Amino acid sequence: MNLEQLSLLQQLMVVLAAVVLFTSFVLLEQARIVAAIHAFAWQGVLVALVTTIVAISGEQLHLIFSAVLTLGLKAIFIPWMLHRLVRRLQLDRQSEPLRRPALVIMMALALVIFSYWLVLPMVEKEFIFTRNIVAVSLAVVLIGLLMMVIRTQAVIQVLGFMSMENGLFLAAVSATGGMPLVVELGVAFDVLVAMVLFGVFFFQIRQSIDSLDVDRMNRLTERVDDQT
Amino acid sequence: MDHGLSNISWGLALLQVLLYAVLSPLLLGWLRKVKARLQNRRGAPVWQPYRDIAKLFGKEARMAHTASQLYRAAPYIVFVSTLLAAGAIPLITTDLPTSAIADVIVIAGLLGLARFFLALAGMDVGTVFGGLGASREMFVAALAEPAMLMAVFTLAMTAHSTNLSSVVDYQLLHATELRPSYIFALAGLVLVAIAETGRIPVDNPATHLELTMVHEAMVLEYSGRHLALMEWAASVKLLLYFVLITNVFFPWGLAQDTTLISLGISFGVTLSKLLILAMLLALSETVLAKMRVFRVPTFLNLALLLALLGLLSHVILEVGA
Repeated sequence: MNLEQLSLLQQLMVVLAAVVLFTSFVLLEQARIVAAIHAFAWQGVLVALVTTIVAISGEQLHLIFSAVLTLGLKAIFIPWMLHRLVRRLQLDRQSEPLRRPALVIMMALALVIFSYWLVLPMVEKEFIFTRNIVAVSLAVVLIGLLMMVIRTQAVIQVLGFMSMENGLFLAAVSATGGMPLVVELGVAFDVLVAMVLFGVFFFQIRQSIDSLDVDRMNRLTERVDDQT
Repeated sequence: MDHGLSNISWGLALLQVLLYAVLSPLLLGWLRKVKARLQNRRGAPVWQPYRDIAKLFGKEARMAHTASQLYRAAPYIVFVSTLLAAGAIPLITTDLPTSAIADVIVIAGLLGLARFFLALAGMDVGTVFGGLGASREMFVAALAEPAMLMAVFTLAMTAHSTNLSSVVDYQLLHATELRPSYIFALAGLVLVAIAETGRIPVDNPATHLELTMVHEAMVLEYSGRHLALMEWAASVKLLLYFVLITNVFFPWGLAQDTTLISLGISFGVTLSKLLILAMLLALSETVLAKMRVFRVPTFLNLALLLALLGLLSHVILEVGA
């Protein structure tokens, strides 16, 4: 659908969706953990705003509830919890730069193009105004996946996982006008439980290998072999 | 648009080039003044750059013994090609005969020519500083130029033309559209402009004899009228990027014809937009610290990423299927 056919509010929604994609890139490249948490919080805010605009201009008022849930959970509660965890683990000053930033960015851009190509047949059939965003939300999911593959720091991997969830939520909102409320609540609860479990895991990992760099877990067995 | 060879419109085109030359030191002076006020200094008067240039023109131009003819010619080439590139960008009206050559690729090429001769002149005398500045300049340029072209191509894809006048006309016609690609392209172009004109996070224009300098290192050996031309060309380049940003992204008030009233309004509006943009630049320069030279690729990678995202979001979000 051409941009000229959308109302100003819907154009604003498209702009916000584009900024969501940009925050995904920021998350991917961010070296400092606290800054990455902030970027994730902003992504949550933007997703909530997009959902609100879809709710208002598409007259699907149940989506406002989803927006409030997203805002409370992903923009305030989870970042706050991660913040607390990071402070208790004394990681707030640690920075972990990417090894090949330009290459990673190119990979992420390739993922954006791939997801555009992937949703093209679907986009051609639908006629709702949010269909242009489907590709963006799929790209956010894939970039979250890439983040979990490439980053070795456990907290940042969790952020990648959570931003994947953001992308899925955006896909649900843009492609089908939101999930039923029960599903929505279930997912929100799952994310919350996952967050609590991750918190416990952080402490466990740290106790056993004295770091949150997940790459070091590969070397554990070798060292045991050396000793025996 | 009428590209006829009428004398009045060519006169206006000439006037526009002259305006670039005359206004650029004023912009620089204003920028320094605002920055000084922000740092609680009184600062030099706004017309100090004019005095500097006039003073330099009155002085004898000394040459090094090892300097070649190229060294002597470089200031003129740099100044003329920068001014020519500036003249192609619509400053007060889009309806000019020069708008036929106001192509983005031509402008990038002219700026590239100026940069080439600047770097050659820096290396010509054979001093350490010149070579160092030249190599850094080319290092920054190699990363900044693709980002700039990508950012401008985003606009070109929307307007279906690489001609700047058509891009501006399209913008004026579709003023109420909110385009994600424009926002990304604007952000990318601002970063490129900062890098290309040697402003603070990339280069510090106020220092001499410091190991971090780029532009000042290349013109270190120049004196007299040659130095005046080099400094003037640098300020024209700053004005060029300012006009590119304001008139392409915020063209409201820009005249599309050549009547006297609309030209007057357009001049006032453009000037005030430029002064506001200069205040924003002064603010950002006061807040930010200069970064290490080896951080510059990261900075320019961000610009390239923004420009590429602009292109992609144009294709994905605006055109649709």
